Amino acid sequence: MTHQNLKIIVRIAWRNLWRNRRRTTIMLVAISLGVWAMIFMSAFMRGMVNGMLVDGLNSLPGHIQIHHPDYVDDPNIENSMPEPNEELRAVLNSDAVTAWSARVRVPAMITSERESRGVMLLGIDPEYEPQLGFGNSVIQRGRFVADPNEQGIVIGEKLRATLETQVGKRVVIMSQDPQNNVADRGFKIVGVFKSSVVADEEMFVFTGKLTAQSMLRIPGMVSEIAVNGEDARDIETLFTQISAHDSPQQVSLPWYALNSYLGLMANVMDGFVLVFMIIIFLALSFGLVNTLMMAVFERVREIGLMQALGMKPATILYQVMCETFILLVLGLIIGNLTALATILPLMDGIDLSSIAQGLQMAGMSTVLTPSLTTLDFVLASSVVIVLGLLAGFMPAWKASRYRPVEALAKT
Amino acid sequence: MLTLKLAWRNLWRHKRRTWLTAMAMIFSNMLLVFSISLQLGQYDMMIGNTLKMFSGNLQIQQQGYLDAPKLDRTVSDINTLVSSLRQRTPYRYAARASTFALASSQERTFGIQITGVEPEFEPQVTALSGLVSEGRYLNSSSAPEIVLGKVMAKNLKVSLGDEVTLLGSGKDGSFAAGIVTVAGIFDSGLSDADRAMALVGLNYFQETFAMRGDGHSIVVSLDTLEGDVDATQQIRQQLALLADQESKLKVHNWRALNPGLEQAIQADFTSAWFMYGVLILLVALGVMNTQLMSVLERTREFGVVMSLGVKPRMISALVMLESLLMGMLGLVIGVAFGGLIVLYFQHVGLYFPGMEEMAQRFNLPGRLYPEISVLSVLMGPVVVMMFSLVATLYPALRILRLHPVEAMRAT
Repeated sequence: MTHQNLKIIVRIAWRNLWRNRRRTTIMLVAISLGVWAMIFMSAFMRGMVNGMLVDGLNSLPGHIQIHHPDYVDDPNIENSMPEPNEELRAVLNSDAVTAWSARVRVPAMITSERESRGVMLLGIDPEYEPQLGFGNSVIQRGRFVADPNEQGIVIGEKLRATLETQVGKRVVIMSQDPQNNVADRGFKIVGVFKSSVVADEEMFVFTGKLTAQSMLRIPGMVSEIAVNGEDARDIETLFTQISAHDSPQQVSLPWYALNSYLGLMANVMDGFVLVFMIIIFLALSFGLVNTLMMAVFERVREIGLMQALGMKPATILYQVMCETFILLVLGLIIGNLTALATILPLMDGIDLSSIAQGLQMAGMSTVLTPSLTTLDFVLASSVVIVLGLLAGFMPAWKASRYRPVEALAKT
Repeated sequence: MLTLKLAWRNLWRHKRRTWLTAMAMIFSNMLLVFSISLQLGQYDMMIGNTLKMFSGNLQIQQQGYLDAPKLDRTVSDINTLVSSLRQRTPYRYAARASTFALASSQERTFGIQITGVEPEFEPQVTALSGLVSEGRYLNSSSAPEIVLGKVMAKNLKVSLGDEVTLLGSGKDGSFAAGIVTVAGIFDSGLSDADRAMALVGLNYFQETFAMRGDGHSIVVSLDTLEGDVDATQQIRQQLALLADQESKLKVHNWRALNPGLEQAIQADFTSAWFMYGVLILLVALGVMNTQLMSVLERTREFGVVMSLGVKPRMISALVMLESLLMGMLGLVIGVAFGGLIVLYFQHVGLYFPGMEEMAQRFNLPGRLYPEISVLSVLMGPVVVMMFSLVATLYPALRILRLHPVEAMRAT
């Protein structure tokens, strides 16, 4: 087919499309609506998963974690391990690691004058911690843990309310040492934090690492080492480097093994988005085929005439396919632009705190930020173009198969 | 009758076009029937499991206890109150008391939530007694025995017959301690319950934690979810008669007791309806296009019948009737096939890999069973039909503006 021919085909296709303006407009609206829905919904589903991922990684936290082999199943003081040795430190201080921290993390009970609650006690070194996680939390009153020797304790706002206590008051933390003797200590509350994940406010209390070690009688031992790489979804290389230092005392695990729900969500999302797009497209395709069929039917005589004048069946096939293509591309452009226009104003995040407790069950945070990825635009466009052309093939094929004489005779 | 016949025949003037439009409806209807049934089945199970596992349909509590469950916000003389309620109203009741305490076995110490229950009546309101996998349920309200979840037993490293020491504070602020024997271990399959629940006899609880006959909540179990309004009314009346003037007792329904549950359901349902909405709109646009075409190509015909005295209104009605018939066709076939799919999965259950991790978060078993009911099957398809009719208004109303003479001249 020459360039000249192509130009004519495109021009005829364009004119044919607008012969019935209303019909084409309705179809365009349908395609655009479909494309808009595909991209809008994907952006939200991805945003949801990203939010879960960020929150999940923050409250785990750490892209890679190193524990005593039994700690994951049984997060107990007995399953502590020594702090990282020189060799491991060399890897941890390399450029591939953006942050790491070794911390004490054991279940404990906190008691105020009024109430008692079960919590997770974290003994941390604040110098390492802020870059790493608990990034959802902001200090509401007082201050955060100052150094590894911190004698005070930092608790969540929700826990503070339950315990009916406040900054400056004292609480007692009770846990056990490795010999199962009760280990307890009085702490002054030095800070209260708020978190976008409300469960964190009830769950975590922070103190200095050295303080925790001496209270629990585990000098030089920690419960976990958390490591962050550049990108949570791309940590394989780093993981291989770190796991090379595994010993019977300490085993490293990536986040998707630690929280299989999170790993699963991140993994199935691509498949989910594609299935959703195809379902939308299928609903669309009936209308598409129908419109093209009608367009071909009402032109039977015209097609017959063109064939009688020497137009090849293949050219007629191209002709109808070209109409389909133009229709699809127009719909894609409008749909993509509307999607952009509706999502961009929402990029700051949508506040869903009114249903916070429900979202919590799904492990989601209360602010939903849609995530626009090029992948989704490409995915939606390919689904529409590829399946659309496939759907358009039947009418086009039919049109090219008319016998000139019969077609001309048709009324 | 004649109009009906006419409409039916008109539909089949373009067999392929009608079928394609109907197919779009059938496809969407099947999808809607299946996913709505699945969703409703899922919600029912979520609600049922949560209510049966712990919260019951209603709870009577001291004002403020729901927001901040503190040891001193009690229902006074709970044993007397609950037995009077049993005599005066037909519902099933069980009294409870609950607090946090430090539980120590020989090897481990954890802060856990302890609930004191009436062994006689608790099985009438919650299902836990039936899920005891080792040993037995509590059988005396005052014996020093404990029944706990599988995961908690594992974490505490205790088995049947082992002793657990409970340390906490009494209602009056005194030091409270007790030693209980593990009488049973339950395996509910729900991670929350298995990890965090521990039951002792109510009388034992009251003695140990210096409750002086008080408790925290009376759980009410009803036969139906919807019965809670009547029951609340009746219980309030009785409470006004029974309880002393100083106490401010509140009756909370299951929605208030499990705020996350309803929100999770709402969030899920809303996001699902976004997708359904897009599907339905796409079908409606398809119907609009088909009917518009069918009206346009019949303009001359309409002109003729109008000049013979048929009112434009009649013709509009005819077009609407055609859409209605097409909608019915889509509805009947879609519902039939969709229903068959639902019935099949209702029989075998639906499972996909990784579902267990997701399901557990929402108190769901690892296999989903859709619920088939008039509502779940008809809800979606009826909306599809309504939107198809609304979409037909555009072509149908155009007819009203037709003038017989011009119409007859139309090409």
